[in-house]
Amino acid sequence: MLITENKPMEEILQYLNGENKIFLVGCKGCAEGCQTGGEPQVREMKQKLEEIGKKVTGLCLIDFACNDQLTKMTLRAHEKKIVASDSLLMLCCGIGVQAAAAVVDKVIHPGCNTISLGGRHGEWREGERCLECGQCMLEFTGGICPIARCAKNIIHGPCGGSEGGKCEIHPDLPCAWHLIIERLTKLGKLDRLEGLIPPKDWSVSLTGGPPHPR
Amino acid sequence: MKAGTNLEKMLESGNFAVTAEAGPPRGAVASVVQRKGQLLKPVCDALNVTDNQTAIVRMSSVSGCVLLKQLGVDPVMQVVCRDRNRIAIQSDILGAVALGIGNILCLSGDYQSFGDHPTAKGVFDLDSIQLVKLLKQMREEKKFLSGEKISGEVPLFIGAAENPFADPFEYRVLRLAMKIKAGADFIQTQAVFDVGKFAKWMQMVADRGLDKQVHILAGVIPIKTVGMARYMRDNVPGVSVPDEIVNRMADAKDTKEEGLKIALEIIEQIKEIPGVHGIHIMAVGWEDIVPTIVEKAGLLPRPMI
Repeated sequence: MLITENKPMEEILQYLNGENKIFLVGCKGCAEGCQTGGEPQVREMKQKLEEIGKKVTGLCLIDFACNDQLTKMTLRAHEKKIVASDSLLMLCCGIGVQAAAAVVDKVIHPGCNTISLGGRHGEWREGERCLECGQCMLEFTGGICPIARCAKNIIHGPCGGSEGGKCEIHPDLPCAWHLIIERLTKLGKLDRLEGLIPPKDWSVSLTGGPPHPR
Repeated sequence: MKAGTNLEKMLESGNFAVTAEAGPPRGAVASVVQRKGQLLKPVCDALNVTDNQTAIVRMSSVSGCVLLKQLGVDPVMQVVCRDRNRIAIQSDILGAVALGIGNILCLSGDYQSFGDHPTAKGVFDLDSIQLVKLLKQMREEKKFLSGEKISGEVPLFIGAAENPFADPFEYRVLRLAMKIKAGADFIQTQAVFDVGKFAKWMQMVADRGLDKQVHILAGVIPIKTVGMARYMRDNVPGVSVPDEIVNRMADAKDTKEEGLKIALEIIEQIKEIPGVHGIHIMAVGWEDIVPTIVEKAGLLPRPMI
């Protein structure tokens, strides 16, 4: 299963800055197993947010957020509340956030960092969506991951090889940055890309070797 | 002056600059680079040495730059993010400055699958914009990315690329703005064949006043054969060759003559576009034509600063 850790509350609150009505989503798969996004954690987050004056418009738990059909069905059942919200805050792995971003035209905040695949991948049949980089930046890319989906792991994309919405490495591969810009434009949030983001901390990802105490 | 290189002086003085490429060989023969340097020195203000372009292994950019420097040419060292991490990059920059190199062009790098070592691990520790910002930090704050002090000065004239022909078209200007914000001093664009589209992009650039914040040099690739036109269109990332150009080359009796004609037409039109501060001639495999191009484009003699 994918192993997640909760992002620090300060970071999540920065994401929610200026927003008031939040819809909470958890996942009964890996996130429940890791105790980062199961029902108790979602209810705890609801309480924390209400304590600081945010309104939680509703909450739900998806059986497996990585399953895009389940995600679509579950969120659709809560459509009215979601439409009435400023954003969604999801307590699950990076795949779940991306699954929701693919079906909901709302800002989706990642509430967890995915730190390990733990031997089993989340279910996304078309290809990798999450590479357990340990520093989830889906907040800034409209719920589309440039680490997993950009050939060059570019943080300020797209590169000069993006043509017709496709990546230079294969005509069938969508350019992740093209998708990111499209989605952020649709959400009216293209300004998310204006800031210069510092170089990534790869030491918390598994690209350099097995997990070890820091 | 940030680095005091010939290129910087030329651009800062308001002259229309001319730069070209000296592609390094697929071997260790220094004379290949030296010959190109001698050929292009009188007709260019600075010469770029590519960095394993299209992911094909060649003699390194820094070594090519040193060979050019020895001939009195102002080199532009190209650095891609594909092959080196932040540690190696910072190390190479210090070495470059120690060797008298001042112009650095920061690039993402063509993906490894385009080259002769497609199974290599792509590094991509930084992206090109973070690289630009890093170089600015090294120069202005004299600090490594880690925040630790660098001993001494790191005079650099920082360059970046932009591709007005990549997508999304509208976003390309925003990305240029980011590169300027990160610290780019000059821009060399990808090859211009569709001058109309380039002019449109430059209009958007000028509307934002970006041409006043950075020096933009328009890329020009002279094409020698119709095969080359097709190859670039189909195999080189980021280069868009319109069908009109391919057809002109296919119909031409003397393809070199036609290729030269096309390049000169493009340069003539580029010179008229407001906000363009120079041209960057990438005569891949055809460096010999560059002196002719610069002469016939009315850009000789090169001003002495």
